[in-house]
Amino acid sequence: MNAIQVESLSKRYDAVLAVDNIDFTVRPGATFGLLGGNGAGKTTTIAMLLALIVPTSGRITVLGHDMATDRYAALARMNFSSPYVALPHRLSVMQNLRVYGHLYNVRKVDARIATLARELDLGAILHRPAGELSAGQKTRVALAKALINKPEVLLLDEPTASLDPDTGDMVRTWLEQYRADSGCTILLASHNMAEVERLCTDVAMLKQGRIVDRGSPADLLARYGRHDLEAVFLDIARDRRQSVPV
Amino acid sequence: MNSAALRRIWGLMYRHLALYRRSWPRLLELAYWPILQMCIWGFTARFLAMRTGYNPAIMAGATLLGGVLLWEVTLRSQMGMSISFMEEMWSRNLGHVFVSPLRPSEMLAALVAMSIIRMLVGVIPAILLAWAFYAFNLFTFGPVLVLFFINLMIFGWMVALAVISLILRHGMGAEALAWGVMFGIAPLSAVFYPVTVLPAWLQPISLMLPTTHVFEGMRAIVLQNDIRWDHLAAAFALNCVWLSAALLLFARQFHQARVRGALLSIGE
Repeated sequence: MNAIQVESLSKRYDAVLAVDNIDFTVRPGATFGLLGGNGAGKTTTIAMLLALIVPTSGRITVLGHDMATDRYAALARMNFSSPYVALPHRLSVMQNLRVYGHLYNVRKVDARIATLARELDLGAILHRPAGELSAGQKTRVALAKALINKPEVLLLDEPTASLDPDTGDMVRTWLEQYRADSGCTILLASHNMAEVERLCTDVAMLKQGRIVDRGSPADLLARYGRHDLEAVFLDIARDRRQSVPV
Repeated sequence: MNSAALRRIWGLMYRHLALYRRSWPRLLELAYWPILQMCIWGFTARFLAMRTGYNPAIMAGATLLGGVLLWEVTLRSQMGMSISFMEEMWSRNLGHVFVSPLRPSEMLAALVAMSIIRMLVGVIPAILLAWAFYAFNLFTFGPVLVLFFINLMIFGWMVALAVISLILRHGMGAEALAWGVMFGIAPLSAVFYPVTVLPAWLQPISLMLPTTHVFEGMRAIVLQNDIRWDHLAAAFALNCVWLSAALLLFARQFHQARVRGALLSIGE
């Protein structure tokens, strides 16, 4: 059984077709990259995977649960992090994590928070208001929130956006370690091609709501005859060249 | 309701209660407006009583104080629920809340619980001060006071649900309704005067509000020492109708917000 299965998924907002009949599957334990320029449909796709947006047509199954009819069973086993969705900034980091621990029905929530604080180096900021943290600290807290329920499927929307290279690398290393330890399935939307190349086992390139190419990073590099995924991304975004058969 | 659902409801309540733990001005603000209203109307009532010295004026003063205190129950219930929802919007946190396993019904249960807490923290000091300052004891109404409270709270929640539905539909543009809508309903609810004072054409509209029946019932107790069960029954029946309509509206607007993709962007 695939961890995520998306079939003929479309989303239309009046005259705009934000997602146009896409299909993809993500194997359990894989890290799947959803790539594309601004407005390509990545965030809309993630929001549909989280049942935050109702698709116009198509079907999404996460961990065997149909998101149209059985979304709460899936949501309890998933989590999500995005720098564009904030945590209540007047609450302390500890209080924020407790809130989400309760929402996800985490047993022994304070012990879980202590573990995450140790692993993500949050000890010194646990009692500080979330609104007073630096971008890097906020990202680590958002990651802790996303991992509070030990999710089997983790959706990350640009997890290292606005981070300095050192913090970004720390987050990527941590994600690699977490996936290796937990067997968690990760779906990652990112503009950072080096990050995608490093973390993802499979990627889908989105353009104007359609998947225009897919494969492992190595496959895509070979097909486009490029040395890095950024060049492949630009080729696709600017219609500069087509993939070549290998 | 299972223990996981109760835990999720507590999670959302904890989020709001933690805000008060960190901010005593917020806590003080809850009681400030009800006490201010009670003082203004209490002194007005005392002035009327001193001016005429007649028993009817004293009784009128009592209905004014009873009216203002009971109206605060409705107003604070509505605002308590609306503001708790808007706190999520203001902190741009709705996206996280709605991708958790929290059901909309559980969110509403948490908002109702927070509304009760906010209302009690706001209104009880005003009730006690009315007793201390003006010897007006709302508790002399007896057990029927509980029924008044329940009806007024349900009406407040109904209005809050309608406001939340409009915010889901129109975004932050509808936020002002949360602060002002009850002030538009107050004149129709016959809070400070009998419904017969209203123009004849307005009276049927006024009688469609559960609050009107509660305040008519309150005046019957103060002025005639009579419990009007007919008014209480009407208030409960009307609340059932209005609350059902508000729940349907909320369910529809919540679904529409998911169709439009508004839950991610509603606080922006």
